[in-house]
Amino acid sequence: MKFLVFVKQIPDPEIPPARFRIDPQTNTVVPPVGSSPVVSLLDELAVEAALRLKDEHGGEVTVVTLCNNPAMNVIKKPLAMGADELVLLQGQAFEGGDAFSTAQALAAAAAKIGDYDLIVCGTQAGDWDNGQVGPCIAEALDIPCITSVGHMEIVDGKIRGERTIGDTTETVEAPLPALVTAGNNVGKARYPKLRDIMAAGRKQPQVWNAQDLGIDHSRVGAAGALTKVRRLYVEESVGECEMIEGETPAEAGEKLALKLREMRII
Amino acid sequence: MENTKNTKRILVVGELADGNVVGIIGELLGVGRRLADALGGELSTVFLGSSIIETAKQAFAQGADSVYAVDDTVLEDYQPELYASVIEKVCKDLAPSVLLLGATPIGRDLAPRLSWRLKSGLASDCVELSIDPETSALIATRPVYGGKALAEVDCGTTLPAMATVRPKSQAALPPDPARTGDVVLLNVYADPAVAKTRVVSKTTAEVKGIRLEDARIVVGGGRGMGSAENWKVLEALAEDLGGAVGATRGACDEGYCDTVFQLGISSKRVAPELYLAVGISGASQHMTGVSFSKHIACINRDASAPIFSEAEFGVVGNWEDVLPAFHRKVKELLSG
Ligand SMILES: Cc1cc2nc3c(=O)[nH]c(=O)nc-3n(C[C@H](O)[C@H](O)[C@H](O)COP(=O)(O)OP(=O)(O)OC[C@H]3O[C@@H](n4cnc5c(N)ncnc54)[C@H](O)[C@@H]3O)c2cc1C
Ligand SMILES: Nc1ncnc2c1ncn2[C@@H]1O[C@H](COP(=O)(O)O)[C@@H](O)[C@H]1O
Repeated sequence: MKFLVFVKQIPDPEIPPARFRIDPQTNTVVPPVGSSPVVSLLDELAVEAALRLKDEHGGEVTVVTLCNNPAMNVIKKPLAMGADELVLLQGQAFEGGDAFSTAQALAAAAAKIGDYDLIVCGTQAGDWDNGQVGPCIAEALDIPCITSVGHMEIVDGKIRGERTIGDTTETVEAPLPALVTAGNNVGKARYPKLRDIMAAGRKQPQVWNAQDLGIDHSRVGAAGALTKVRRLYVEESVGECEMIEGETPAEAGEKLALKLREMRII
Repeated sequence: MENTKNTKRILVVGELADGNVVGIIGELLGVGRRLADALGGELSTVFLGSSIIETAKQAFAQGADSVYAVDDTVLEDYQPELYASVIEKVCKDLAPSVLLLGATPIGRDLAPRLSWRLKSGLASDCVELSIDPETSALIATRPVYGGKALAEVDCGTTLPAMATVRPKSQAALPPDPARTGDVVLLNVYADPAVAKTRVVSKTTAEVKGIRLEDARIVVGGGRGMGSAENWKVLEALAEDLGGAVGATRGACDEGYCDTVFQLGISSKRVAPELYLAVGISGASQHMTGVSFSKHIACINRDASAPIFSEAEFGVVGNWEDVLPAFHRKVKELLSG
């Protein structure tokens, strides 16, 4: 079995609101000093899901990351978790992409790698929360796509994924090759062992630019994007949290109820 | 072929459940009305399903100028490729300038596929929409970075421009029973052979009381609740508040609560008047699902928990000490 996993590096989502800054010139986040980017959390679960299938059925897991400012220890985390190969898509042409043009590049990478049985993405990236790239790649490659999957298994050459939508949990089946997007019910991602982190550190990613993908520059990055971010901003904050205090915790509880009543919230 | 006809039509992709138009469609028609007026165009909606003509008529009273339907037994249940292929054809016929879907599980699954097929710019999970008076482009505002920032996105020049809209972010129009009309049946072939996936089984969780998505007040419980037994305290409180209980992944992992009630990124999202977070640390993956609540209050014993930087009101303390008194006071206030 050949598994491809698409993994995005994002700014740490746990940056506290008070330290969250935006550069209005570039419409990008300015991470606070000392904060390191992370693997988008659902993408980590996508890696985990692929590794579990590999554990069961054998095969190879290739991770693909499109990123122009990668932190090597971050993008190599999937290798440390047990992935076999890492492909880094990097180059000026990819700059400023949206979900559509990112999917163009990632689909081209999948086509170049070829022979995949299952592609796993995150349901949505933890920074822009688009939830678009996975289904778009599946459309581009003309393969089935099941979104927001928790538990998954391969039975008789078909992928079976469990997804919860609203109050309903359903099991959906598709023939391979297929694409699934991992939701947060996959479970916990494995922790890499120190030895594997060291080994991953020594491994070098394959780096491809748009030319290597054989894709025209007009189709990727800002040139291929259909949408444009006009402004990224932090809303005027409603102010600090009002701490409700009392002589005793019980009194504080009563005061909270009174406060909510006074505000006509309850 | 690219659709460049500018009909100024706003087309809402309808959703039905249990023989009714789902609530978000009224909200989409509400915001769609404003967009149609700004463009000087028509507000339309299209429903897909089986034996749906009568139900689809409800959309007139909700503000639609015209209502279309593709009525076929093979469209009884949602199937991604089948629905995408039908709506793709409908868009060729009706040539909308703007295509709106709910940011519901179906809308979020369907919209990206359509955006790919139509080569249309799509903004997901928007909370505000407008038309640029100069370029007539669809401008969408959407929360990003777990609700810490807002992005204003220009959905581009390929028509239709697309957006999925976050439930509860838009006001529906007051229903006007005087508005009626005939549903236009579209003669679009729904080819079941395009389906690439198949649902093999389905189970629906039993929901007691008010649905989370509909609740005015949501009481959220986290790992700090300590046990499934303690969870009942939250259920009793929610019942007295006329609300519903949601959970963190922490609480679901511990087995205090069924995962269908989990709130957060790629779980349920709610936007109630009040979100009361009890024993919840406030991780961004959780807050993504609740950040658009009107008011957030929290009870947590750790004053340094991140939830305090997201909440409007906070009490530092063990919920065992704070919540019973809170609950008693709530009962007193609500009966008084
Ligand atoms: C890929 C991924 C996706 C995720 N998706 C989601 C998601 O959709 N939804 C989600 O909720 N989480 C999600 N998470 C998990 C998320 O990161 C947090 O781990 C989770 O939200 C924490 O849940 P919690 O606040 O209940 O638990 P904890 O973080 O353990 O917090 C418990 C809190 O309770 C307080 N507490 C303890 N005892 C008491 C007491 N007696 N009285 C008062 N306070 C008390 C503690 O001070 C603490 O702040 C995801 C994680 C990953 C990796
Ligand atoms: N730059 C990227 N590199 C690799 N994978 C990506 C990238 N952007 C998006 N993806 C994949 O697509 C999924 C959905 O992303 P999005 O549509 O941006 O929310 C992510 O969870 C990843 O699996």
